[in-house]
Amino acid sequence: MTALARSTAKSTLLPALMAFGLGLGVITVAGHVQATALHDAAHDARHANGFPCH
Amino acid sequence: MTRPMTRATPTAFPVIEGMFTRILSSALLAGFCAGLVAAALQLLFVQPVLLHAELYESGALTHFGAAGAPPGAGGIELKRDALSVLFMALTYVGHALILVAGMSVAAENRVAITPRAGIVWGVAGFAASQLAPAFSLPPEVPGVAAADLAARQVWWWGTVAAAGAALALIAFSRKPLFWALAVALIVAPHLVGAPQPDSLTGPVPPEIAALFAARALGVGMAAWAVLGLLCAWFWQRETAGG
Repeated sequence: MTALARSTAKSTLLPALMAFGLGLGVITVAGHVQATALHDAAHDARHANGFPCH
Repeated sequence: MTRPMTRATPTAFPVIEGMFTRILSSALLAGFCAGLVAAALQLLFVQPVLLHAELYESGALTHFGAAGAPPGAGGIELKRDALSVLFMALTYVGHALILVAGMSVAAENRVAITPRAGIVWGVAGFAASQLAPAFSLPPEVPGVAAADLAARQVWWWGTVAAAGAALALIAFSRKPLFWALAVALIVAPHLVGAPQPDSLTGPVPPEIAALFAARALGVGMAAWAVLGLLCAWFWQRETAGG
């Protein structure tokens, strides 16, 4: 029973960490990366979301 | 013990992959929908203030200038506004991935994830990711004076991480010691202080900058509440009977 509980916990934790990491990556690209084309395209959304922009 | 899967070829980690798929599909749907709400509110309430400020940034208007133009300038620019919608949706998908990841771990530990509770998750997400950094680094209207960008970004990430961890401690820990740690985590970045510009030479009038910051935070709170609601709703739907 404890082994089952442990494997269940593991099977939640790993996917959660993967999703968490993916989320950080998406926010970095949408809100922080300064490549000129990306910055210009995301400009208004970045300001409205309160990300440091310029 | 494998769960029933709607796929033909089982992988080595069917349970893990099934859980990841549930998180991903809930987050994509919730994030995209909340992003559309955020974009609509942004274009309605924030964008006009931003465009007004840009007239000062570009020099078309000057602070204390003789003739202050009415703030009706700007209007709709199709390409620019479409990009705003796109990046708002993308940003909220990112927020949703983190929120649903947290919900899945909480659900595993017998925390009920209902849409009503989801609103609280959403407001907490707003507090951690927008309100906490805004306390020392308010949402910037174009043209404001600001310190080095990289330094502000580092401070921003540190503050959001500290506030997020603090709110999780307050929500899920039962030990007063951890609550005290949470308070310290929330306050510390503001005692350290956000990077500030050497001189305050921004050309945008303070009335516009203040309105912009307040509008950005208000829209953020509304959109995050919707995001939390939708994340919990889609997550509940994904895991029902599974």
